Amino acid sequence: MARKTELYARHEALKGRIIDFAGWMLPVQYPTGPIEEHHTVRKAAGLFDIDHMAQLVVKGPDALAYLQYVTTTDVSKMVMGEARYSPVCYEDGGVVDDVFIYRLPDRYFVAINASNAEKDTRWFKAHIGRFQVTVENVADETYMLALQGPKAEAILQQLTPAKLSEMPYHRGVESTVAGVPTLIGRTGYTGEDGFELYFPCEKATLLWDRIMEAGAPHAIKPIGLAARDSLRFEAKMPLYGQEIGPNLNPIEAGLGWAVAFGKGEFIGRNALLKIRLEGPKRKLVGLEMIERSVPRHGYPIVVGGQAVGEVTTGMFAPTVGRYIALAYVPADMTAIGTEVGVQIRNEVKRAKVVETPFYMPPYRR
Amino acid sequence: MRVDKAARYTRTHEWVRVEGEQVVSGISDYAQEHLSDIVFVDLPGVGEHFDKGEVYGVVESVKAASDCYMPVAGTIAAVNEELANAPATMNEDPYGAGWMIRFTPDNPDDVAGLMDVATYEQHAAAEGGH
Repeated sequence: MARKTELYARHEALKGRIIDFAGWMLPVQYPTGPIEEHHTVRKAAGLFDIDHMAQLVVKGPDALAYLQYVTTTDVSKMVMGEARYSPVCYEDGGVVDDVFIYRLPDRYFVAINASNAEKDTRWFKAHIGRFQVTVENVADETYMLALQGPKAEAILQQLTPAKLSEMPYHRGVESTVAGVPTLIGRTGYTGEDGFELYFPCEKATLLWDRIMEAGAPHAIKPIGLAARDSLRFEAKMPLYGQEIGPNLNPIEAGLGWAVAFGKGEFIGRNALLKIRLEGPKRKLVGLEMIERSVPRHGYPIVVGGQAVGEVTTGMFAPTVGRYIALAYVPADMTAIGTEVGVQIRNEVKRAKVVETPFYMPPYRR
Repeated sequence: MRVDKAARYTRTHEWVRVEGEQVVSGISDYAQEHLSDIVFVDLPGVGEHFDKGEVYGVVESVKAASDCYMPVAGTIAAVNEELANAPATMNEDPYGAGWMIRFTPDNPDDVAGLMDVATYEQHAAAEGGH
């Protein structure tokens, strides 16, 4: 039986369409509909219940050395308060999960994917070895909301003493929101400016209500999982199980920028270095349909009658306004403009390789 | 749930309305509500013949692709070309501007064999409708 979040009654009252997502009962959409929800986040602000996400706290004298070993990014380069994306890899370079690491004064805080929470906790604990660290899963007592969109700062500023205008992207600060002790991260999974909030579980309804009230003049809306997926997809943010996974490595996924070979030993380094030196056999590219149709996860990429790859995510992208996909194709088919086929039901429809991200997040412009 | 009282319905949530010698068809309000935002419609060619229950087209929403079944046997006379550029019309006006196909039935009497409004409303409600 899937778990309900603290906000389940709110989602029901808002007539959210509830589905089982990674073992959690969450709204895939509200009556507004996924496309309008998507536009709301790009133009105003949206509030997401993402309590299904899990978190680990890493503490101890060897916390830095340990995280250097378990993750692929260079954690030693993180300034105090920084939030940084990193894959976590197996020895063979496949991806265990992708995480966000926060460097805080007394600890590292690691946000992990819902579907991987148990696996990650075991993986992180299994590699403590000689390191003097503790790894604690704090997901049960930690709630997570995301407030995303160009109006997010104006909305949140009404509720917190933290000086948000001085807070750069990918930075976290421990402050309060509506009087509730909260780790505020200027992070997100939408390609917009915004915040992710971590606070005690029992305050979920209070914070949800206060943010919705403060956001009302800015036309804030609650946002479901479908729009969360289309928003992250346009910004080319990878989803575990689609763009990355145990059989997909960060180099072919285009995440080489998050793999710091120069930092020394880490799990997966040898395999990833070999892949980088030899060049990956396949790569993640953006596709746009030439013949109109909807490409979806798992559809084969077909060239000359042969299946040569697979769509990882595809859809009608609301902001871009086109039928597009992310797909793995052979390394020699990645040049912009290369034509490939996408098998959609019993037909092969023409598509071409295009630049990614499809939507350039404002904070990266 | 909106219904068109002048229409008849299939168990698979297509509606049909007799207009002279021809029949106009689309998907019901229940179906569009259930599918949510419609983003693409694959329609048949004019002149194609389909038997009752045969897949004549596909409606793709944000979440999934769904087949459309021919309500009664017939030959396609026209398709709604506007849907290519504005598939959301099917969400907004499923019984009007969101129509999908116009066809000539093999046997015009077949339409009478489909569900009337009252029966369809019960059917939709039994499926856990809105």
